[in-house]
Amino acid sequence: MLNWRGMCAGLAIALAMIGSAASQSIFHRGAAGDPESLDPHKTSTVVESDILLDLLEGLVTYNAKAEVVPGVAESWSVSADGLVYTFRLRKEAMWSNGDPVTAGDFVFSFRRLLDPATGAKYATILYTLKNAEAVNKGRAAVDTLGARAVDDRTLELTLETAAPYFIAQLAHQTGLPVHRATVERVGKDFVKPENWVSNGAYMLKSFVPNDKLVAVKNPKYRQAASVRFDQVIFYPLEDRSAALRRFQAGEIQYYNDVPTDQLKFIRANLKDSFRLAPYLGTYYFVFNTRKAPFNDARVREALALVIDREFLAEDIWGGTMIPAYSLVPPGIGNYGAPAEMAGKALSPIEREDRAKALLKEAGYGPGLKPLTIEIRYNTSENHKATSVAMADMWKPLNIEARLVNSDLKSHYALLREKGDFDIARAGWIADYSDPQNFLFLAQSDNKGLNYASYANPAYDALMQSAAKEQDLGRRAAILRQAEVLFLKDMPFIPLMFYGSKTLISPKIAGFESNVLDRHLTRFLAPAP
Amino acid sequence: MIGFVGRRLLAAVPTLFVIVTLAFFLIRLAPGGPFDLERPLDPAVMDNLRKVYGLDLPLWQQYWAYLGSLLRGDLGPSFVIKDFSVREILGRGLPVSMLIGGLALALATLIGVALGSIAALNQRRPADVAVIGIATLGITVPTFVVAPLLQIVFGLWLAWLPVGGWNDGAVRSIVLPVMALALPQTAIIARMIRAALIETLASNPVRTMRAQGLGRGVILIHALRGALLPVVSYLGPAAAQLLTGSLVIEQIFGLPGVGRYFVEGALNRDYTLVMGTVVLIAVFVLAFNLLVDILYAIIDPRVRHD
Repeated sequence: MLNWRGMCAGLAIALAMIGSAASQSIFHRGAAGDPESLDPHKTSTVVESDILLDLLEGLVTYNAKAEVVPGVAESWSVSADGLVYTFRLRKEAMWSNGDPVTAGDFVFSFRRLLDPATGAKYATILYTLKNAEAVNKGRAAVDTLGARAVDDRTLELTLETAAPYFIAQLAHQTGLPVHRATVERVGKDFVKPENWVSNGAYMLKSFVPNDKLVAVKNPKYRQAASVRFDQVIFYPLEDRSAALRRFQAGEIQYYNDVPTDQLKFIRANLKDSFRLAPYLGTYYFVFNTRKAPFNDARVREALALVIDREFLAEDIWGGTMIPAYSLVPPGIGNYGAPAEMAGKALSPIEREDRAKALLKEAGYGPGLKPLTIEIRYNTSENHKATSVAMADMWKPLNIEARLVNSDLKSHYALLREKGDFDIARAGWIADYSDPQNFLFLAQSDNKGLNYASYANPAYDALMQSAAKEQDLGRRAAILRQAEVLFLKDMPFIPLMFYGSKTLISPKIAGFESNVLDRHLTRFLAPAP
Repeated sequence: MIGFVGRRLLAAVPTLFVIVTLAFFLIRLAPGGPFDLERPLDPAVMDNLRKVYGLDLPLWQQYWAYLGSLLRGDLGPSFVIKDFSVREILGRGLPVSMLIGGLALALATLIGVALGSIAALNQRRPADVAVIGIATLGITVPTFVVAPLLQIVFGLWLAWLPVGGWNDGAVRSIVLPVMALALPQTAIIARMIRAALIETLASNPVRTMRAQGLGRGVILIHALRGALLPVVSYLGPAAAQLLTGSLVIEQIFGLPGVGRYFVEGALNRDYTLVMGTVVLIAVFVLAFNLLVDILYAIIDPRVRHD
């Protein structure tokens, strides 16, 4: 098959010819695309997250297993009411130009994130901070934000309401600091390599869109001694098949996606270099609950019951997804086992009978009103195949389904603007590992993300009481009640949980699969 | 001739204006905007963003502002690739696309003319059949099949060349993309030359030359001059297209060119980037059409522009 040894020899010779580079250890890291910005406050996707977590470090950060651990903050304490967090910053935390990382840097960064003039698109995530929403919507001055520097090493953050997931939220890229003096001096050009100041393990050396982003080791990083790669190069590779070929040729050593249609080949040929692991993301379809007959919970339950999720996950998604009977994925923090859809234990025939009975009650079926459904999905081979399969699974219920496809932007514009649709594809990837980050999707006040327009006061009340609950065990129980209610009402049909699909070269040591699929380069090393 | 060129350049200004205007309003007709993501934004955040980028102004004001900055040579900031202005993005990518496209064009012309001539001179003989076969294959097999095949054969099996990447323009890195891009063009040019040359070889002037006992080489040179005319008119738009990059080639080989920006800009509703590429492509098309007309006059003395 492939001449690995020959290629390795060729690579070694090529590297040796570059001379000085030969003594440097370089990690060639494939990425799903270009970062839309290196300004942490203007980004939202995992592509930027992967790069920024190498370049900057927040109050808290991730370890190799993507657990939240202390970062610039060495410790913190929480007031009894859960509203005031006091962080103690590390003495050795330093920017790459030698400046200490101070509490003032974080106050500046949080204010910058929420200042409407910044145009930060993911500012909502930190609406947990006191007055954050008012500041971001221009109703309050920026300095009223609940972030205060007590002294250079003590930072006090005040919350709007208690939020047990606050520490997890801070690990998101929006919680990363920017170097105040540079931002004030050069404005938005602080992201250019010549201006860039890091407080993370790596410093930005160069960035050419569609080509590569080069980062070099930051000698001033607090744990520089343990950072093993001298350089990390991010290559934006949107074509997954091309990325696979470049991985096979040894040109990249890591990539976090694979072409699903080549899974058989990948499994047979790449063996241990291919890793599948659960990922905190849910793939679902939403009902338009403002529209008949989808305003009827019986119809929604019937439609949800008869979908063969195992078939979708195994046959359509090639085993890269996990069948889902709940909205919250397993393995999430602060929760335990998620609740499950009531009909899960039933056999396919029992499910079909139950669905037919439910539809009959609602007035649909043979001799009653016919039911036609429009399934909307955004452009993708797999979404299309999933929609076709769903239409097929609904056929025995005398339901005629039509497929409507549109490009990603149009699809989500329609959902956001509450346009007319019956049932539409959507998905959610966790920002932080907490069930609230999934269950809030169905809150009636979540205008942006509750595409189903689901509004159940009992559900909202449960979510609010969970937010006030300090005891994590009791909180988990309340959230589970909310999920049970959600699954009974079924405003969305959870179909599958995402899996992370990793290509990792045997030349790289220290890689650990984790539910957030976050892998900071500083935990990776050349294999011995 | 100078008067002709001057008139054509003047006529290009209103053409460009119409193109810019049409494109500006057409892209705004598409549903959604640059800030619609898979995870939608809070309306307040969306308002903040629209304000920061001036999208909250009435459309005609935005249009007016865009025309103004365009005249100053400012193509605006990109909405989606936020750390760069459109001018920076196109300025960095264009040399890459022009290099790959220019080399592909040169290669395609050289090989295409050679193959086409061989076929025409050996009409209905094995060489002709072989060229037509290759040419048909070159036209019908799409680039998104050829490019991965080249990667697998030369990058993985033989391991002679890198599978992808730009590597700061290293010769090894541009061989495969140039080949993949040149293949369909070579095929088209070969077929055109063959057809045109067969016709020219049967024309009266060539027959006269033959009757006068001129050598095969001399006849071919004269006949080629006539046969080149359709190719030149094809090469104008083809060059404009090749030099402004190819989405497929750039994505598969991971090249930092500008070919992807038109499609990606449109899909992302990155209004300024789409406009920038529209202007760029329009300028190239206008320039190469003018160039073709000038070349025509040089090759064919019957064409007079004055």
